Amino acid sequence: MTVGKGDIELAGVYKRFGDTVAVDGVNLKVPDGAYCCFLGPSGCGKTTILRMIAGHEDPTGGEILIGGEDVVGLPPVERRTAMMFQSYALFPHLTVRDNVAFPLRVRGLDKKERYKTADEMLEKVRLTELANRLPGQLSGGQQQRVALARAAITEPRVLLLDEPLSALDEQLRIQMRTELRRMQRELGITFIHVTHTQLEAIALADIVVVMEKGKIKQSGPAREVYAQPRDKYVAEFLGGQNVISGKVQSVNGASLMVSAPDANAITVPLGGRRGINDGDGVDLAVRRDDLRLRRPGVTVPNGWNSVNTRIRAIEYQGAFVKVMLDGVGGAEFVAYVPERDYFTDPFEVGDMVVATWLAEQSLLLS
Amino acid sequence: MSVPPFTVARFPARARRRTLDGESRRPWTFWVLAGLFTAYVLALYGPMLCIYVLSLQDVRGGLVFPMKGFSLHWFVDLFTQVRTGDVKGGFERSIMLAIMVTVLTVVGSFLAGLAFRNRFKGDGIVFYLMIGSLVAPGLVLGIGVGLLFQYLGLQASWYTSALGAHLSWTLPFGVLVMFAVMSRFDRSWEEAARDLGATRWQIIRMVVIPILAPGIVAVALFGFTLSYDEFSRSLQTSGPLNTLPLEIWSMTLNVTSPSLYALGTVTTLASFLIIGACLGAIALIQKKRARGISSH
Repeated sequence: MTVGKGDIELAGVYKRFGDTVAVDGVNLKVPDGAYCCFLGPSGCGKTTILRMIAGHEDPTGGEILIGGEDVVGLPPVERRTAMMFQSYALFPHLTVRDNVAFPLRVRGLDKKERYKTADEMLEKVRLTELANRLPGQLSGGQQQRVALARAAITEPRVLLLDEPLSALDEQLRIQMRTELRRMQRELGITFIHVTHTQLEAIALADIVVVMEKGKIKQSGPAREVYAQPRDKYVAEFLGGQNVISGKVQSVNGASLMVSAPDANAITVPLGGRRGINDGDGVDLAVRRDDLRLRRPGVTVPNGWNSVNTRIRAIEYQGAFVKVMLDGVGGAEFVAYVPERDYFTDPFEVGDMVVATWLAEQSLLLS
Repeated sequence: MSVPPFTVARFPARARRRTLDGESRRPWTFWVLAGLFTAYVLALYGPMLCIYVLSLQDVRGGLVFPMKGFSLHWFVDLFTQVRTGDVKGGFERSIMLAIMVTVLTVVGSFLAGLAFRNRFKGDGIVFYLMIGSLVAPGLVLGIGVGLLFQYLGLQASWYTSALGAHLSWTLPFGVLVMFAVMSRFDRSWEEAARDLGATRWQIIRMVVIPILAPGIVAVALFGFTLSYDEFSRSLQTSGPLNTLPLEIWSMTLNVTSPSLYALGTVTTLASFLIIGACLGAIALIQKKRARGISSH
């Protein structure tokens, strides 16, 4: 296999700050030109990984390879990476044009040359009219575009973005999300994007990397991570799933019978898993949009799992209705009912319902 | 009441106007505080004004009011008469000393400001030692420096011992100002500059110094003015040649003409010129930065 110029490989990367382990042996491959999102709660080590790739932090152990060469110990310039900081870190004393031209200035290009390149870059991010403004006179979204232009002007092979959308308001965030993706396609380079918002990660990324306590929990294409979470943590962090904890009643060939409080025996496909015995505790997941709510007394068809529950709250979301149910064993239990379906027979808070789903839509978690 | 009807009709309009310019809203405390402030300004500038006014008398002039005539006689006298003392020399020495102190204070404070952004071993001790020299009585400190020089067999002079004594005062001041300025400095600016390929020296030159420039000018201003009019720390440390404040002090003991006041006027003007230049520099920096709006 040929090695692309901007592909990244982390091998056993480990980082300790004093007594705390921030990154605990991470292995990951990101192909050249991919959009990769590190997703996790604050303190999970995602920003530390980003800073280690950028060269602002050295790993305590392990290797970081960019384009096939070990870059540990090299300054950012030699790695040909560029980082966009969470606060954007625009230089307040320089105009937009001078900010964007800064990397060229430190490389010794003369004024005429660097302004020419900077102006081309400003055109790309549609900031030409604001070239003479100072960062303090720009809106959050404009500042972000300046930061992006400044990072991209040196033609890095990897662009590292530290929570780039967290300083923006909701509407702008969605708009800038599209812009980031557009820029990534245009530049054709690897983007590593750190975020704690799952919607942002799955909307943008080719590869989503879910992290917890310095370790990678799961990595893969957005759809895979969202629809087939490997464990309870990933399922709950990405949302969109209901997690049920229960005990194995019996193993029948390719499926399991699981018992849980308030639930009739739940059938779960084994999915090729082995070594599960009667009486083991297991977690299973079912997508919120796979739940079908039925009135008590209606016969549940064969091949469907069912849980008797009660409606705790209802939220109208436009395209669907979010129905919050009394959980199984206290966990959160939510159904997303398509709007039109819901209003053919609407429920009230407090109604008893039977939440049902097709047995094969249950997912066994590890 | 015998108010004509048309006045009544106009009343609401007038009331609205009054509210707009805020006159009718001022509480009595405004006037008390305004009075207090006026008294404060008078107490602050009144005595100085007396000296400036009295320095403009003619040849018959005395040391007290009333004014006798109006001329620049005593300014001429100041720079021609030998008996008034070595004003020119004192002025030159004070300016030279203040410039040296300013340069050292700016450099020292800037470096200390950079250093104190990180914790280092003994940082607390260094900080309190610095504050200690700030609160130590100046005269005592000056005597100490004088004694030390005598003990070491060195000749005290305005450019060695007095320089040190002044720095013991201006440097902690400068460092405290620098701390305040530094607290608003975002370290990610430096990191970004490094990320974009700047060397250490380029980061200092192109990012740190320009962003901190107004604060650095303020430190320079502090250093200069504190040194220029320092008396107590100079008294035992300036050696055989006097600085200007010492010269003025000795003149108050033996000169009994308004040329003393003329000297006060001239030195004040010099101070104001320097302060004006510094404030002008700060304003220029800010204007340069704000130019983005106008050229847009």
